[in-house]
Amino acid sequence: MSNSILEGESAVHPTLAAGAPESTAAATTAVMSMQQALNRALDEVLADNPKAVIFGEDCGRLGGVFRITDGLQAKHGEQRVFDTPLAESGILGMSVGLAMAGFHPIPEVQFDGFAYPAINQIVCQIARMNYRSRGTMPMPITLRVPSFGGIRAPEHHGESLEALFAHVPGLKVVSPSNPNEAYHLLKYAATRPDPVIFMEPKSRYWQKGDVNLADGGSPTGAKVMREGRHLTLVAWGAMVARCLQVAELAAEDGIDIEVLDLRWLKPIDAEALAASVRKTRRAVVVHEAPLTSGLGAEVAQLITQSCFDTLRAPVERVTGFDVPYPSGDLEDEYIPNIDRILFGIQRVLEYKRG
Amino acid sequence: MDTLPVASGDAAEPLTPAQLRELYSLMVAVRHLDTSAIAWQRQGIIPGYAPELGQEAAQVGSGYAVDTTRDFVFPTYREMGVARTIGVDMVAYMSTHKATWHGGLYDPLESRLAPIQAVVAGSVLHAVGWAHGQTLDGKDGVAMTYFGDGASSQGDVHEALNFAAVMKAPVVFFVQNNGWAISVPTERQVAGGSVAARAAGYGIPALRIDGDDVVAVVEATRRAFAHARAGNGPVLIEAMTYRRGPHSTSDDPGRYRSLDEERDGAGVDPLERFRQRLLADGVADEAFFAEALAAAKAEEEQIRTGIQALGSRPGTEMFDLVFQETTPALQAQAANWREESEHV
Ligand SMILES: Cc1ncc(C[n+]2csc(CCOP(=O)(O)OP(=O)(O)O)c2C)c(N)n1
Repeated sequence: MSNSILEGESAVHPTLAAGAPESTAAATTAVMSMQQALNRALDEVLADNPKAVIFGEDCGRLGGVFRITDGLQAKHGEQRVFDTPLAESGILGMSVGLAMAGFHPIPEVQFDGFAYPAINQIVCQIARMNYRSRGTMPMPITLRVPSFGGIRAPEHHGESLEALFAHVPGLKVVSPSNPNEAYHLLKYAATRPDPVIFMEPKSRYWQKGDVNLADGGSPTGAKVMREGRHLTLVAWGAMVARCLQVAELAAEDGIDIEVLDLRWLKPIDAEALAASVRKTRRAVVVHEAPLTSGLGAEVAQLITQSCFDTLRAPVERVTGFDVPYPSGDLEDEYIPNIDRILFGIQRVLEYKRG
Repeated sequence: MDTLPVASGDAAEPLTPAQLRELYSLMVAVRHLDTSAIAWQRQGIIPGYAPELGQEAAQVGSGYAVDTTRDFVFPTYREMGVARTIGVDMVAYMSTHKATWHGGLYDPLESRLAPIQAVVAGSVLHAVGWAHGQTLDGKDGVAMTYFGDGASSQGDVHEALNFAAVMKAPVVFFVQNNGWAISVPTERQVAGGSVAARAAGYGIPALRIDGDDVVAVVEATRRAFAHARAGNGPVLIEAMTYRRGPHSTSDDPGRYRSLDEERDGAGVDPLERFRQRLLADGVADEAFFAEALAAAKAEEEQIRTGIQALGSRPGTEMFDLVFQETTPALQAQAANWREESEHV
């Protein structure tokens, strides 16, 4: 696994050093939900960096519709945490100017589907300003996007935009899979000098887990969440928990599955992918987004490139379909479920060279 | 505010007693269905709903001006009262809140109501396009688009106002200013405090009306329709009302306002207000009100039974309805899905 993917940035950005945990001697662990972990991370970011500002629709007094910014306005004041008018292009466009003025904006888009009205600002402005200004105008913007489906929400309240964001030069993309990852990845992302799209799996907001507040390990690259010998499941966000479930089930049949949480969807940790698949020699990528031109294709290609000689079967994908994200009643048909993932695993395990 | 030139024709005709009673019956039906839908959500019959308690006069009154033989309505997600008023199948309408199908199951072309839309201001430009199509076709239909004070912050609204004015498109922009955009009050949302005031900058006549007075809403909307239908271009109506209760069934208004604030902001219940007026004018009596309520209850029961009987859509529709002409990749995915889901 690589620790060097985002290396070099800490030198440019002084707040990282301030925010990084000092030592791991006395590990303090707390049980919290992902919502609480994210809230705590933002609280600490605001405390550590006087230039950090949080804003968006309803994130002040209400604390956001998912309560991720709960209590932050009361604690840090209305200058640091504020409500904007209901205009996503305005929110992201304003982030550009704030970044130019030396702030670290942490805007929120209320739901994934409402990032679309802001795509112009994200793609044409945020992603390019550093390049356009020859490095003189970095865009240290952390855009928090409650992402993916699984909560039977109305249209546009559950989408998987990772491939779209990852495709844009100038953006970095990350998604946490559990409270511990959420806490550490957000703290890290929110101290980066480049724009990071932070995709929060909203179906996992209320899941509790251990958070090691002192030591999160490396916040860069991918992470092996379960060791295994026979096959690697590659996933991110909400799908990691499902893949871990699948691995448990497969273990009952004697199939030993490794689960790799990709975490960073851009840049992708190619070394971690290679290391895992060189060991297991088989891989299945699982994502909620539609199949065609999805991030699974990118992952599969990276694996093929580094593991062509060792692969026992082509890399499989288990994904959503090329259909608009369906209404709640059909959501379970759309999101990769345990059975579909098991079928994917079976296809790889039973593959015979022709 | 009223910058709309006085209109002629049927727009100026006063409402008859029968029409006034019809308006009341519609408001009671909408009120009863709305409060019932919240109960359905609590009972687990539907996963979510966007209530409109207190906005009945604005919705019923504006919908009443629509001529479904030639006009077209572009809603957002809180226009149940408009849908009911223009005669949309309410089981099909509610199916969107049952999570059966995004946009609902009613036929938009037949019912003259565009699919329910979750993107705020998502349909405002569509209304301009449809309306311009009327001009191109030499027809006299008018588009009415609904949006909120919060949605008025979206760039699309400003583009739509400009387009419509430049093209003299027959559009009625109907803003329900209900005081709130989830937790954000109008004064933190609309600079200058009035959406109607902005219309002047686009050369669009505007009306700012008491949105809780159903008769005032009908009259204003009829005038706006007459103006647009006569080829004079768009009109903006800002109906001042109040969203009582939560923004949606997953909202907690106690976090941003107190019950006292809600009571003070809301003013008199528009339904009660209209009832007092009908009584005072001798247009209706207690027996009529009781009858209207009984009819509303019967209707609600029918709709509830209808949506409870509504099963999920077959999964194949997920694939079949993406394109008019499907693709090989999608067909392969559908076949794979069928195989894997049947096997299980
Ligand atoms: C483009 C977009 N951004 C965010 C949302 C989330 N959202 C849903 S309703 C709402 C507030 C809308 O307020 P307003 O336009 O005043 O209408 P109201 O709900 O009060 O009727 C928000 C922020 C959305 N639906 N669409």
